[in-house]
Amino acid sequence: MPQPLLEVEGLTTLLGDPNRPARAVDGLDLRIQSGETFALLGESGCGKSMTALSLMRLLPPSARITAGAVHFGSSDLLRLTEAQMRQVRGGRMAMIFQEPQTSLNPVLTVGDQIAEAVRIHEGRSRAQVPARVVELLRAVGIPDPEQRVSEYPHQLSGGMKQRIMIAMALAGDPELLIADEPTTALDVTIQAQVLRLLKDLQRDTGMAVLLITHDLGVVAETADRLAVMYAGHIVETATALDFFAHPAHPYSRKLLESLPGAEKRSGRLAVIPGRVPRLDTVFQGCRFADRCDAVMDVCRMHAPRWLQVAEGQGVRCALWDTDVMAGISGKAAAGHSPSVSPPGPADTARSESASAVDQPLLSATGLQVHFPIHRGALRRVVGHVRAVDGLSMALSAGRTLALVGESGCGKTTAGKGILQLIAPTGGSVRYLGHELMGLGNRRMRPFRKDLQIVFQDPFASMNPRMLVGDIIGEGLQALGIEKRRPARMRRVAELLELVGMDPEAASRYPHEFSGGQRQRICIARVLAVEPRIIVCDEPTSALDVSVQAQILNLLKDLQDRLGLAYLFITHDISVVAYLAHEVAVMYLGRVVERGQVDEILDDPRHPYTRALLSAVPVVDPEKRRSVIRLEGDMPSPSHPPQGCHFHPRCRQAFETCRRSYPDELRLSATRSVHCHLAAEV
Amino acid sequence: MPLIPVVLWTDALVFVLLALGGAFALYASRHEHLRDPWRRVVRSRVGVATLVVLMAYALVGFLDTVHLRLKQGPQPGVEETRYAPEVLSLLDLALGGLRERQEKTYSAPFATHLYVKEAIDQPDGRVVRDYPRLLHAGAHLQDPQRQRGLDIAWRTLVGLVEGLIAWILLCFGIFWLLARRWGVALSEVRRRVLAGETHVPWRTALGALGVVILLGFVAGELAREYHILGTDKVGEDVFYQTLKSIRTGLLIGTLTTLVMLPAAILLGIAAGYFRGWVDDLIQYLYTTLNSIPGVLLIAAVILMLQVYMSNHADAFESLVERADLRLLFLCLILGVTSWTGLCRLLRGEALKLREIDYVQAAQSLGVGHFTVIARHILPNVMHIVLITLVLDFSGLVLAEAVLSYVNIGVDPTMNSWGNMINSARLELARDPVVWWSLAAAFLFMFTLVLAANLFADVVRDAFDPRLRQAGA
Repeated sequence: MPQPLLEVEGLTTLLGDPNRPARAVDGLDLRIQSGETFALLGESGCGKSMTALSLMRLLPPSARITAGAVHFGSSDLLRLTEAQMRQVRGGRMAMIFQEPQTSLNPVLTVGDQIAEAVRIHEGRSRAQVPARVVELLRAVGIPDPEQRVSEYPHQLSGGMKQRIMIAMALAGDPELLIADEPTTALDVTIQAQVLRLLKDLQRDTGMAVLLITHDLGVVAETADRLAVMYAGHIVETATALDFFAHPAHPYSRKLLESLPGAEKRSGRLAVIPGRVPRLDTVFQGCRFADRCDAVMDVCRMHAPRWLQVAEGQGVRCALWDTDVMAGISGKAAAGHSPSVSPPGPADTARSESASAVDQPLLSATGLQVHFPIHRGALRRVVGHVRAVDGLSMALSAGRTLALVGESGCGKTTAGKGILQLIAPTGGSVRYLGHELMGLGNRRMRPFRKDLQIVFQDPFASMNPRMLVGDIIGEGLQALGIEKRRPARMRRVAELLELVGMDPEAASRYPHEFSGGQRQRICIARVLAVEPRIIVCDEPTSALDVSVQAQILNLLKDLQDRLGLAYLFITHDISVVAYLAHEVAVMYLGRVVERGQVDEILDDPRHPYTRALLSAVPVVDPEKRRSVIRLEGDMPSPSHPPQGCHFHPRCRQAFETCRRSYPDELRLSATRSVHCHLAAEV
Repeated sequence: MPLIPVVLWTDALVFVLLALGGAFALYASRHEHLRDPWRRVVRSRVGVATLVVLMAYALVGFLDTVHLRLKQGPQPGVEETRYAPEVLSLLDLALGGLRERQEKTYSAPFATHLYVKEAIDQPDGRVVRDYPRLLHAGAHLQDPQRQRGLDIAWRTLVGLVEGLIAWILLCFGIFWLLARRWGVALSEVRRRVLAGETHVPWRTALGALGVVILLGFVAGELAREYHILGTDKVGEDVFYQTLKSIRTGLLIGTLTTLVMLPAAILLGIAAGYFRGWVDDLIQYLYTTLNSIPGVLLIAAVILMLQVYMSNHADAFESLVERADLRLLFLCLILGVTSWTGLCRLLRGEALKLREIDYVQAAQSLGVGHFTVIARHILPNVMHIVLITLVLDFSGLVLAEAVLSYVNIGVDPTMNSWGNMINSARLELARDPVVWWSLAAAFLFMFTLVLAANLFADVVRDAFDPRLRQAGA
């Protein structure tokens, strides 16, 4: 093996209280070859970002590196002086962060900010700097770079800002680029653009990329090699191909199995019980032992050794340790292929056809939510943000309708508009034949019981000042279902059990629970009033993959048992494939295509749906499609383009698209699309 | 009955405030999210030390708030019991000696002679211009020039010893209570406290308490025979005046917030929560109010009140009542001019909270607006209210001093630091300079405001969720 570009040995970073430190990075070993993409994969709280910050020596004040060595080229980064380190940072080694919004200074033009990086690291004369800035902007694929240099960050979209960050990182011609969740804050189509850009840059400049992410799809599409991090150390390294073909560590396996997808529709997702342990615990045996289903006694006693399984694949697990396994007679044979229980108990029989096309429970036609834009001293209305602009949908009992779209397309506003949490400005929402539009607070109350919502952020959706029992019981009290407290508390205990939690949780405060547990509590709160429809507003997007699987399983079980209908708002196609029956794709406030889930996912007709689906990173290499690149960003909903809203970004747009918005084209009883192209064919 | 209680307007409000404070303490003790930050406050060393100082001030202020009228001695020809017209407070009774020992005019701290020369008639008929002996201070000394230093030192020592004894007794009492609570031996409690191993920093608390008690006893012992901070123009003891001023300062600091709180909370949350025309109306209201210079408004109200009081002189039974009413109105008008800041803060916070998921969830569960406000919004802005109150307190104490200085503050007959500083304006201009009124007012006010500011810092840190996360 050639001399690696970066070699990390036994890196240990401690955080906080010296008496009881959190071991954020605990004896980490890494090797990155020049020119390769190395992914560091892990759930939140496992120490990925701390690793990156330790390498850059940009740790927060409460953290300190206590052991290890970081060999970068010929020097040990941990022994450099701060002045020497500043030469390395942004020079031979650069970093980009997750939030492009906060990484740029809002009062300087992007040109100035890039020029600063250029001046520091290239030492060019002042006259040459502007030319180099334009060159960098062009390299990261920004159109009209000469004009963009004088723009401010707020004039750019999220994807553009991330490109600017990359341009700044490139200013020093780095040999290693550390990208800390570079696309997590971006939409899938933009994510595809940025990942493509990174690949292209890597090909042109030959730099190595250390990609830190939690997204298995992104890893599968971009990484050459990867390391799986768990509780502060690495549990497995492998080439990307080997990893996705045959993961070695039980944690890696579970992680892959817990990914939702179309092929897992009929069953339950595999879940990893429990959660990532706190980093300040003192581990004795294997750190994954408590959550592992192949755990043995030896795992709890001795920390497993690092073992080389195959060429380029290593793992930290006793199952692969021949010495250990030889000692456990009888089980030795099972060791190299520890059996993983087949997913899904027998409750797979689902009433797929029962209530497919009967009377819809909830329907919306031409729903509009426009927000007025006020200007001037008299606050005159000068225009409208058309967040939702003529949305039609129907939802039947026991079914799941997924509302899919990128951020800013109005899907959350649509959900709240349907529930009358935001007053819609036009159209009609009918529930069981009753018109909900324009009902006042008081007259809406009888319907509140049946229509409920679960929010995205489990941390913001519960009042931190209230006990969990009171939170769940709030609806019972407000709607007068259970007026007396003892009866209410009994019901709360039942509900907590229904969502798989200890009834004792009722007398605790929300902050004592993890994200997944909180989302369960939120679901219990909603179920308390026995609703028939639940609007799920990205309920799993703030959760880790393994916890997401728990929540998705719960939602599916509840639908089977209680016959709930879900309006599932999401941007995550794999969740849609797993959970939804029908799909509606939204673009700029309107539904552009809808139909049964397999129809849409297998045979998308609208060019936007096609682009969206192709941009989703897929783990399985055989299912990968060629990415249809969308140019630019979604237009502002205050000035939607003339004609078809999608035509400025559509490659197949023709004259008619610029003139008129396409009418609904019914392809079958369940399927319709808004596209001139589909009408032509 | 040897006395009848008198409840002035401000007294009544102080009692209301104490009751509210007690109720809040009870409520907070049952709610973990409120109890936890306060626990942080009492576990911080600065927190307990400043708390001890503030409590000492509060004690003085409270003693001065319980007012009464004494029974007059039996007079010939009068059958029914009569009460003296003079309204006194418990503090006046406790400091009776100080109040009554009036000199003729200025005298310096610890002086035995007046600060100005007077013509003194000698026994032999001659008239000498000299500094006459004081009537009360140092009157027991035969030869003041020789004996005074020794006497002061001796009395200081006596005061120290007394204070030490009182402090040790108090410490024993607290140790005993702690021993019972922790269920350990008395010696073990003493060891833990001295080693600083307790959660609440008792060592610091008892140390601060010791300093306060020792100073109190020394001052008390010396004040028996001397004017320890001198006398003012009419010969009144300055030490007595500063102690009386404490109530005025505390009242302005606390009653003002009591007045402004309902308006600020109600309007602020209503503006942020309901938005629309409610928001516009409230915003216009406070923008208008804010653009009137505060001093102008205060001056107008106080002058109007003065006119009213001079036209209806018979409506007031005593000078104290008049002064009290003026103080009350000062609190009111200060409240009116100062609620806008908190209101604006709360509006912003309510704007943020109304969009937060748990408020939306409550709305989707059909919870009414007022329940949402009471259950979800109010508890979540309480920390802002508390921080603002504590931070505003010291500012208001200082505001009183400034307003009294420009003569639109409290009644000139009322003891207040502002009035003392006002009178010092002339005293500093005369020659030789009379510095002690200003110095005394400065010293007491500075200690109070410093303690309040430090305490406010601790409270703010304890309630700041960002710092809490960093610490957790």
